[in-house]
Amino acid sequence: MENYSIFKLMKHSLSYHENWKRVWRSVVPKKNYDVIVVGGGGHGLATAYYLAKTHGIKNVAVIEKGFLGGGNTARNTTIIRSNYLWDEAAQLYELSLKLWEGLSKELNYNVMFSQRGVLNLGHTLQDMRDIERRVNANRLNGIDGHVVSPKEIKKIAPLINISQDIRYPILGASWQPRGGTARHDAVAWGYARAADALGVDIIQHTPVTALNCENGKVKGVETKYGSIGADRVACVVAGNSGVLASMAGFKLPIESRPLQALVSEPVKPCLNTVVMSNAVHGYVSQSNKGDLVIGAGVDSYNGYGQRGSFCIIEHTLQAICELFPSFSRVQMNRQWGGVVDTTPDACPIIGLTPVENLYFNCGWGTGGFKATPGSGYVFADTVANGTPHTLAKPFSIERFYSGALIDEHGAAGVAH
Amino acid sequence: MRRLNTNIINAVNSHENSITVNFKFNGKIYKGHKGESLASALIANDIAIVGRSFKFSRPRGIVGHWSEEPNAIVQVGSGAGTVPNLKATQVELYEGLEAKSVNGWPNVNFDLMSISGFFERLMPAGFYYKTFMYPRKFWKTYEKYIRKAAGLGKVPSEPDPDFYEKLNHHCDILVVGAGPSGMLAALQAGRAGARVIIADDQSEIGGSLLYSNSKIKKMSGYAWAKSIENEIRSFKNITVISRCTVFGYYDHNFLTMIERCTDHQSLTSDLGPRQRLHRVRAQSVILATGAFERPLVFANNDLPRIMLASSVSAYINRYAVTPGEKLVVCTNNDNAYKTAFDWKSLINDHVTIIDTRRAVQSEVIERAKAMRIKIIHGHGVIEARGRTRVKSVLVAPLCMSGKEIIGEATEIYCDVVATSGGWSAAVHLSSQTGVKPVWDNEILSFRPGQAVQSQKSVGACNGSFELKECIEDGISVGASEAKRLGFESGKPKQKIDLPETKDEHPTQEVFCLPHFKPLSRAPKQFVDQQLDVTAGSIELAAREGFESVEHVKRYTALGFGTDQGKLSNVNGMAILANALGKSIAETGTTMFRPAYTPTTFGAIAGREVKKLFDPKRYTPMHDWHLENTVEFENVGQWKRPWYFPKSGETMEQSVRRECVAVRNSLGILDASTLGKIDVQGKDAKEFLNRVYTNNFDTLNPGKCRYGLMLKEDGMIFDDGVCACISKDHYLIHTTTGGAANVLAWLELWKQTEWPDLDVFLTSVTDAWATATISGPNSRKLIQKVCSDIDFNNDNFKHMEWKQGLIAGIEARIFRVSFTGELSFEINVPSNFGLYIWNKLIETGAEFDITPYGTESMHILRAEKGFIIVGQDTDGSMSPMDMGMDWIVKSKKDYSFLGERSLIRADIVREDRKQFVGLRTLNDKQVLPEGSQIVRSKKQTIPIQMEGHVTSSYFSACLGHPIALAMIKNGHQRMGEIVYSPQSDGSVIELRIVNPVFYDPKGERQYV
Repeated sequence: MENYSIFKLMKHSLSYHENWKRVWRSVVPKKNYDVIVVGGGGHGLATAYYLAKTHGIKNVAVIEKGFLGGGNTARNTTIIRSNYLWDEAAQLYELSLKLWEGLSKELNYNVMFSQRGVLNLGHTLQDMRDIERRVNANRLNGIDGHVVSPKEIKKIAPLINISQDIRYPILGASWQPRGGTARHDAVAWGYARAADALGVDIIQHTPVTALNCENGKVKGVETKYGSIGADRVACVVAGNSGVLASMAGFKLPIESRPLQALVSEPVKPCLNTVVMSNAVHGYVSQSNKGDLVIGAGVDSYNGYGQRGSFCIIEHTLQAICELFPSFSRVQMNRQWGGVVDTTPDACPIIGLTPVENLYFNCGWGTGGFKATPGSGYVFADTVANGTPHTLAKPFSIERFYSGALIDEHGAAGVAH
Repeated sequence: MRRLNTNIINAVNSHENSITVNFKFNGKIYKGHKGESLASALIANDIAIVGRSFKFSRPRGIVGHWSEEPNAIVQVGSGAGTVPNLKATQVELYEGLEAKSVNGWPNVNFDLMSISGFFERLMPAGFYYKTFMYPRKFWKTYEKYIRKAAGLGKVPSEPDPDFYEKLNHHCDILVVGAGPSGMLAALQAGRAGARVIIADDQSEIGGSLLYSNSKIKKMSGYAWAKSIENEIRSFKNITVISRCTVFGYYDHNFLTMIERCTDHQSLTSDLGPRQRLHRVRAQSVILATGAFERPLVFANNDLPRIMLASSVSAYINRYAVTPGEKLVVCTNNDNAYKTAFDWKSLINDHVTIIDTRRAVQSEVIERAKAMRIKIIHGHGVIEARGRTRVKSVLVAPLCMSGKEIIGEATEIYCDVVATSGGWSAAVHLSSQTGVKPVWDNEILSFRPGQAVQSQKSVGACNGSFELKECIEDGISVGASEAKRLGFESGKPKQKIDLPETKDEHPTQEVFCLPHFKPLSRAPKQFVDQQLDVTAGSIELAAREGFESVEHVKRYTALGFGTDQGKLSNVNGMAILANALGKSIAETGTTMFRPAYTPTTFGAIAGREVKKLFDPKRYTPMHDWHLENTVEFENVGQWKRPWYFPKSGETMEQSVRRECVAVRNSLGILDASTLGKIDVQGKDAKEFLNRVYTNNFDTLNPGKCRYGLMLKEDGMIFDDGVCACISKDHYLIHTTTGGAANVLAWLELWKQTEWPDLDVFLTSVTDAWATATISGPNSRKLIQKVCSDIDFNNDNFKHMEWKQGLIAGIEARIFRVSFTGELSFEINVPSNFGLYIWNKLIETGAEFDITPYGTESMHILRAEKGFIIVGQDTDGSMSPMDMGMDWIVKSKKDYSFLGERSLIRADIVREDRKQFVGLRTLNDKQVLPEGSQIVRSKKQTIPIQMEGHVTSSYFSACLGHPIALAMIKNGHQRMGEIVYSPQSDGSVIELRIVNPVFYDPKGERQYV
């Protein structure tokens, strides 16, 4: 892999950038792999990368039905934070945040992780009780953050409306300075490039049409290239997890729903942090290009179409205009939808399945992007060792039988 | 001034009421005509540079004449009403309009940010992914500068002074676009009697006919369009909405359109809504959105005054202005010849056509020859020259395919270049429905894919670029859609004049003209001017392995601008296809998403902002609260009295007074907000048994029972008192905040799982006003206002209800208690709420009746260890966790929601967090709510947490602080000392105690 740096850019500019190498190879799949990762989104590519890098398992294929990073990796609002309420979730997201902090260097690819902080606003007395509780828990878990007053919020985000006369005035917020955003596409590309360099085959535009199972064991996958064998198969297919699970003959406690987002036209820098509100329902940050990146809750019906209802966009912008009254004259440039797999407790499912050697990593709901490195890390470990990583253990599918749910509806940032 | 003196019928400024207005651009005052576009006025004033480019800060000028414009982005107005990122081509001029370029420092004509040469070469596509990585800490600094360069216009810093409104429509046929096809489709459907809406984004309808000087029979195209418009407007069943852009096409033929009501008159409006969002549900949709001319890509094609050929014509024909004196038309098709004809006939003789195609026998060539226009066949413009605007072009002979240069280039001097690479159908809206556009190599354009909704595309957006075809298409589809919907044409069909068919020499498949140097080394050949995406950068992306169109778009930002790549998408795909050695069809396309053109946030939000953001719900006693100083708390949508401070009192003093009054004498609470659901039907009892954990078989008329509802996972969802009104009639009380969710939950089960049950649920929350009187003197008070009920303790027991007259009003009186004191909840029809409240206050004066709010209510119930669902529970607590085993263990023959989960391994686990009381060892210290509890004082982070504090108050009645908490295995740890580390570093010491602090035997409510 050719190292990227300013010096390389200078060198290549002398030859008019005509000699840059491919970021990843274009390959025809082999007959057999040690591990097949189904799903070439951020999580799947990260899984393949850590399999190769940390566990030395390099005979790996990532099989993607579309273009890599084209699912929810391409459709999210890029928010990264780890201020979750419950220990299990907080530790997983904190591992992720720590990996984010070194990711550009690790991958030699600038993923533009920008730690501009995240504000989670409180509008009612109960919101504030919940925020105090969460921030206290975060602090004792070693996660940064504190409670800030409306005045402090105004300093962080000067255009926000902290008037106490409005319908749901801002009473305070939690503030996690280490949170922020990243360049979503770059994460997929960075992992793909680094995984490819370690020998991982990335196979795009190849839907998996069946999971080949024998005697309760997975043997490989079926594709347009025919059968591809594998000792282990790891599925990371947000939005289609239920479909893949049914190919393997089991059910997941997952509902797939549209989640929409939108961006404004690019405007000069006016918001230097991420602002999220659950009660006045919406969240917003500003990208390095100048777009206001905005999202809110999931649509209320299930479906696999990457499109949602307009009423969600209306509600979202009502919330944004309420929080930032001057954004009212900004124009929406584009809106789109992705499909998120939601679980009953708003936490992911990571681990083994009823089929031997078949692993699933799914159910990230609305919060998957921020978890990309951590998710890949613990999932690779789980697949490599055939037993759940310590941090992944509480997220096994078993919890829906035992009742050991990790209810993160409050911290998931969106109402379900 | 570059205004034409010729009287052109289309021209906005030739209209009889045309008035001259003053406007400001980049600080200087100019003159223009009201109603013309800002772009037209800038051209008339000979202003070439209107902005600087995003990445390289190159000078940029106007390219198009409508929403396709990539460069002429302006900030309009100042102060609260300023609007960022409007396209000068779409801004209608009015007196006093102010506009500024969005980039360029110190100004657009002399930009210090402008970079060139080697530094420019350091910034190929995706360069930022390859650098700014080391050292890690520096990214923040790098990013600061990257962000400084970001963005176009400025967001206002004050709230929007305008308002926006919404309208809903249902119609038989929605026609999108009122060009020749759309007008005829609407007319035909309207003639047949269908209810038609036709929306068009321009100020006048007519589409391309507004901008061209085409002839239909002997009429000018413009006059012909006016005659069609007149007939359209004569139909009552056709609604014409102009200045209205259909920007979104959603499922089930739901479309959203934005009408600009006052933007053409002034910056902000005091007359009415600034913009109006129309939400349309149409039986059938006819898309007649037209097509965009595609520029040819060549070196330095971004120099000001290199414009679309159709736009040069538009400025001449529609606005009677000329962008210059000497024109070069650079084309691969017949259509652009019209621009040369317009120029020759209305401006001057200085016009040269450079056609990439070899000479053939064709109508346009004959006509050009007849007009003595110079044509250079088999040549292409390979490079433009000039510093701040185009001065000359290099023209070179091309091979048959147009892909290679086969000879020396010559330089031709000019000050305007009109470029045309063919037309791209505007397939955006059909694509928004999820239909992939299909490449058609014959017309060198995408066409809409097979429609998935009740929708048709007509005219240019369907790939018919010829006027006659467009009109015929509109006529036939308008009629057939109306017929399909059951409308037979009743009115006599008037004859519609049609233009003559023209034989066209096909457009040549040339997108990017060759240069002597390869793409990587030639002067920049721009594809997407707004985002500075060059042909070279697309080629680089392909070289690096970004082979999918989506990857290229994301890597280079192609098409992500505010013009949504209307001019750049097809060229970009063609260049990518070429780099990959594939056809365009194989390379694929991307999907278009809403919004078709950028749409104001405020308009999408509509009226539901500021005061109307969310309804405020007031109780019937609200006016009394207002008159008697009160602080409100938002609980759900309700405004609930929080506390009632007397003059000079702090919140703390007020709350202590209220609490003591209830315990010692008498308090009154407005409890009207509690959710109330009326349950009726012969299976009502059965239904309650299924949704509550406890047994309702034994609940007889006149009795009340506290009940708990669980979710499927066995966790507490809501609680409240349920009263049996009669055999098949119950009244459920819910929490204030949970009322809507509980009803939705119950309806979900009733409708989807138990449709066989005969039960009806009705929300009656607003039907009743509830005044709760609580305290040892509450019986004395109620006896004074009610004479037809015997309130003797033996006759009217705790957890019973009775009906009677309170001060002459029919009331339901529930003897239930949330304070632990003797209490009566008096329910009267809402309209009598204020009357009864006043009566109770008046009569209770002798007991010093004290109104109390939610804060005191919370303290009083906490003293009793009563939970508040949502405060003491968070969706992860089982009844057993809350010490409420009794409520799930009563005998019931059948299951209830959540029961199955209560025996799961984790729910019966011993060290679950359990509900306990806490006392601070320091009696002065009130524990902050939300504090976490740990086992030892001396731990270091990360610390294992044992629980958290859910409620915490100072109890005036007890004289010390109390708190409620969830603590691991708490029920077994009574008396144990635990600790709470605070954010300031201090640690509070606590003792685990029974959560019932006051009247532990619970005797007071039974007196």
